[in-house]
Amino acid sequence: MTALALSGEEKAMLDGGRGPGAAMAMRLVAALAGVLGAERLIPVRGAHIDSCLYHGQAGLDFAQKLAGLGARVAVPTTLNVGSLDLMHPGLVRLPPGEAAPARALMDAYRTLGARATWTCAPYQSLDRPAFGEDVAWAESNAIVFANSVLGARTERYGDFIDICAAVTGRVPQAGLHLDANRVPTLELDCSALPASMLAEEAVWAALGDVVGRQSGTGVPLLTGIDPALADEDKLKALGATSASAGGVALFHVAGVTPEAVAAGRAWAGLPAVTVTTGMLRAARDELTTADAAAPLDAVALGTPHFSVHEFGKLAAALEGRPAFHPGCTVWINTSREVLGQAREAGLVQAAEERGARIVVDTCTYITPILGPQERTVMTPSGKWAWYAPMNLGVDVVFGTLSECLDSACAGKVVRDDGLWG
Amino acid sequence: MTGCGVEAEAGGHARLTGRTLCPGEGSGPLLVLTEPLSFWGGTDRGTGLVIDAHHPQHGCSLAGRVLLMDASRGSSSSSSVLAEQIRAGVGPAAILLTARDAIVALGALAAAELYGTRVPVVLLGAADAGRLGQCTGAVARVGAGADGRAGVELADRPRGNPAEGAP
Repeated sequence: MTALALSGEEKAMLDGGRGPGAAMAMRLVAALAGVLGAERLIPVRGAHIDSCLYHGQAGLDFAQKLAGLGARVAVPTTLNVGSLDLMHPGLVRLPPGEAAPARALMDAYRTLGARATWTCAPYQSLDRPAFGEDVAWAESNAIVFANSVLGARTERYGDFIDICAAVTGRVPQAGLHLDANRVPTLELDCSALPASMLAEEAVWAALGDVVGRQSGTGVPLLTGIDPALADEDKLKALGATSASAGGVALFHVAGVTPEAVAAGRAWAGLPAVTVTTGMLRAARDELTTADAAAPLDAVALGTPHFSVHEFGKLAAALEGRPAFHPGCTVWINTSREVLGQAREAGLVQAAEERGARIVVDTCTYITPILGPQERTVMTPSGKWAWYAPMNLGVDVVFGTLSECLDSACAGKVVRDDGLWG
Repeated sequence: MTGCGVEAEAGGHARLTGRTLCPGEGSGPLLVLTEPLSFWGGTDRGTGLVIDAHHPQHGCSLAGRVLLMDASRGSSSSSSVLAEQIRAGVGPAAILLTARDAIVALGALAAAELYGTRVPVVLLGAADAGRLGQCTGAVARVGAGADGRAGVELADRPRGNPAEGAP
């Protein structure tokens, strides 16, 4: 096994010099270095924790043990969603036997010194990692966004190691922290996709499904996309779905994402696959499990969390539309921070007046928020469509925001088949 | 009896060597996952059943099985789900991977740190994994040492009820 060389400070931490909590965290970081074959550790400038979502007793035992042993974060640390909406008590219908430990878990992470951001989109905050900065981020959509769109560097950190990296301020020098692992492994030629399709965020989610299936855990380079058609919301949708459908933790879009821009034409000669409109339509249909003729009970927006810009697009799209059908609830997930900004900008009222319900701190696909009568749900989110049938037992129709809003007003699925080619 | 290239070649107990990702020992019938799996969302944390409707091994149980997979997929919450399955006694007996999958290893490492339950996680070469891939249901014994050396031993014939959950 490759020997791990620790600095004096790191050795001292492992030996308990910063207390037994930091020593426990360092044991796990050092063990991960062994798993990854790393020879040394590197410092990180920040961390994003996903371990605050309740998945059972083991996660709570871990956080409480660390906190009880006196561990505290050593770098600025944000928190992903928890299992509860702390600003709207009663909205989440978890049984008390689950709600109490879920709340205790959220409390434990605050005790450990992390900020109560409760969002899967920490990258929507003004305070976000810079290009080239090493960070320890967890949660697959956050990871792929940090690497791809910000050009920051994080390996695929997950539960347990996220907080250990935050406490020690160290990660193994391995994986996507290294230049060699950030170059693309395949090209996905998107030049056959019409601009009218790429104007839709949901089409980028469908593209993410294709990218995930084509790339697995590789690093895809998307080419042939007009940079004017890309924005952070679309890249968010692409990344989140590609991480769900494959294991993508870093993608590049030629002329758009920072490392692709820096590489210029250096990445020629990759094995290439042509992405067709037929592949996107097939992805749309694969992400749909419901009988499209069934009455529509709900629409799920904001997975990953809605941005201020998305609230703006929603408000504009709602102009001239009537109230939502009384049998169809429109749910919007976002963060506390974004909700505050969007309210201040007057971008939330149009949706709420038409009956939309806002969820913060958590997300509708991971915790029981939808009512038992909400069985058929439409969403423009590839990630929601991927996981909700498994997590909630609902049937899903995947479509564009415009299709979702038309459907929410009609109380049944309304398709715009012309768009999907 | 499961037809299996590894057994035939060795004519008795077949041994493969690998690298330790998480130290421990475990044995059970081999379950081959033919596509990457997300433990989170794709398996039930209380029962260890594969619930991902898209997955070829949908409906199989991970409990007590020696799991052979290339790597996990998707959500980084899978570590917690695996640790919780190990705590609850419905986790795999051992996990064999062909990639250095941190998410899987950390679930096992955290469970070992918290509960002292040491489920081995082993890195295999692609060729060995390919041979084992024909052996679903055969009983495998996995030992992963703290020195980095790990081994997989395949019994000459399946014991227990190896057909359970096999595709």
